[in-house]
Amino acid sequence: MEQTDTPPPDGAPLLRARNLVKRYQGRTVVDHISFTVQRGECFGLLGPNGAGKTTTLRMIVGLTPADGGELTLFGLPMHPEQRAARQRMGVVSQEDNLDTDLGVAENLRIYGRYFGLPGALIEERLERLLRFAQLSDRAGQAVGTLSGGMRRRLVLARSLVADPELVVLDEPTTGLDPQARHLIWQRLRTLRDDGVTLLLTTHYMDEAARLCDRLLVMDHGAILDLGTPRELIARHVEPEVVEITGQGDPPDPATLGNPDGRQERMGDTLYCYTRDAAPLMERLSRRPDLAVLMRPANLEDVFLKLTGRELRD
Amino acid sequence: MPRFLPRPTLGFIQIVRRHFLVWRKTSAASLVGNLGEPLLYLTGMGYGLGRFVGDIGSLPYLVFVAAGILSASSMNTATFEALYGGFTRMTRQNTYHAMLATPLGVADVVLGEVVWAAVKSLFAGLAIFLVGTLLGAFPGPQAWLALPVVFLAGLVFGGIGMVVTAISPGYDFFLYYFTLVSTPMFLFCGVFYPVASLPEGVQTLVAALPLTHVVALIRPLGSGTPPEDVMVHLGALLLFALTAYPIAVLLIKRRIIV
Repeated sequence: MEQTDTPPPDGAPLLRARNLVKRYQGRTVVDHISFTVQRGECFGLLGPNGAGKTTTLRMIVGLTPADGGELTLFGLPMHPEQRAARQRMGVVSQEDNLDTDLGVAENLRIYGRYFGLPGALIEERLERLLRFAQLSDRAGQAVGTLSGGMRRRLVLARSLVADPELVVLDEPTTGLDPQARHLIWQRLRTLRDDGVTLLLTTHYMDEAARLCDRLLVMDHGAILDLGTPRELIARHVEPEVVEITGQGDPPDPATLGNPDGRQERMGDTLYCYTRDAAPLMERLSRRPDLAVLMRPANLEDVFLKLTGRELRD
Repeated sequence: MPRFLPRPTLGFIQIVRRHFLVWRKTSAASLVGNLGEPLLYLTGMGYGLGRFVGDIGSLPYLVFVAAGILSASSMNTATFEALYGGFTRMTRQNTYHAMLATPLGVADVVLGEVVWAAVKSLFAGLAIFLVGTLLGAFPGPQAWLALPVVFLAGLVFGGIGMVVTAISPGYDFFLYYFTLVSTPMFLFCGVFYPVASLPEGVQTLVAALPLTHVVALIRPLGSGTPPEDVMVHLGALLLFALTAYPIAVLLIKRRIIV
C-alpha cells in the first residue's frame, strides 16, 4: 500500500522505526513495521484492541526489547538499557502507575528525582505542573482521593517533570468522561503548540482526528496505512455517508439504488458510501419508515474499512 | 540488542530516598514495633528462658540471645521488606514500571530495594541495640561494630529476598521460602543456642547458610570478645550479597522487561 512518509527537509526524524518485530511465544505481535516521527508533530497509532499498538509503544520507551529491526530515538539506538533516550522523554502509560504511597506533589517531586533533577529545579517546576494538571489545590492530598480524570492529569504532569522533547501516551483518555477527555486534549494541544512531540495510541477516532497530525493505522501487528487524517479519508472512503436504520432488519441495499456507491452493514444499520448523496436522499425521502442520517465521511469509516467490522476482544 | 548484565547507577539512591519518605509516614507505628518487639523478646527470652539456661560459655543467656535476636532481626526485617514490599511494588502498585519509564534501569530498582532492605534492618537493629544496651545485653565496648554487620546482613537477605520476589507468582509463594529457608535458619544458625551443639554433619550444612556467619560475627562483637575467622565470615556474606543481587536483577528484568 502506498504510504506517505516523506520526511520534511529539516533534519533527521526524532524517531525512526525500521522493520520492527516483536514476537510472544511464536506469535508475531508487531510484524515488520516502519515509520518515522518528526519533531514537533503529534503522531497517532490507531488500531483495534490487540493490534500491537501498546507493544510498539513499549519498545519505543524501552520496556520491551525488540526481536528484530531498528529503532532509533533522538538518533540513539533504543533498547531497555538506553537511559539517555528516556531522559528526554515522558511516558503516560495505560495502566495507572502513580505512586499511591505518596501524595500528589510528592509524586511529581520523587519522579523528578528519578530523572536526576536537582531539588531546587523540581520545586521551581512543581507549581506550574500542578497548575497545568489543574491540581494546585490538591497538592498535599493522597493520590487515592483523586478522580480518574485527575489521576490521568497527574500522570501527564508527571511525564513532563523533566521537560521532555517527546511525550509518549498509551490511550491517554480511555475510561474518562467527556469533560475529563476534553481537558486532556486541550492540555495535549498546548504541549504540541509548545513544540513537544507527541506519540499516542488510541482507538478513539474523535481523539485521533482532533489531535493527530499524522496517523498510522495498524492491525494484527502490521501497518495498514499512514497519512494525515484528511489523506486517509480521501484515500479510503467516499466523501459522503448515508446511514440508514430500519425498524427491525436494515433495508435491502438493492431496493435503495446507490449506483456509484458502496454499502456496508453493521448491526441494524446500513452504511451507504457515495460521492453524491443527493439522489439517494431523494429516493429515501419516500421511505418514512427508515431513520436516515447523512454526514461527511470520517476517520471511523476509514478505520472500519481497513480493520473490518467484526468484534474485537 | 545488547543483552549484557545491566549495571546500576547512583540513581538507586533516589529509590532508597523514595522508600525512606514513604517509611517516614508510618514511622511512628514502625518505631513502636522496632522498640517494643526486642524489649519483649529480650526480657521474655533473656530473663525468662535465661533463668533455666544459665550461662552459655562465658556469656549470660541474655547477652548470648541478644546477639542472636539482633542477627535474626536483620534477616527478618530485610526479608519482609524485599518480599512483601518488593512484590507489592512490582505487581500491585506498578511502581517498578513507573520507575523504568525514567532513566532508571532494573539494576537501579533492585539495588534500591536491596539497600533499602538493609537500611530497614539497620533501623530495627539500632532499636534492638538501644533496648539491649539499656538491659545490659551488649556489654562489649565495641558492641556498636555489630551494626555494620547488621547492614551487610540486610544486603544479603534483601538480595536473596528479591530473588524470591522475582520468581513469586503471588504472596502465598513466600510461605515456601519462610518454611524451607528462613525459619530453618532462624532455628539452626545459632540464634538461640551455639551451632557447636548440633551434630557434626548438621554443623557443616549450617555453615553454608548466611545467617550462621551473621551470628558468628555479631555475637562476639556484641558481647565484647574478639571475633574469630572474621575474613571467612565477611567473605561468605559478601559472596552471598554479590551473588544474590545480579541474579535478582536478571530475574526481575526477565519478568518485567518482556
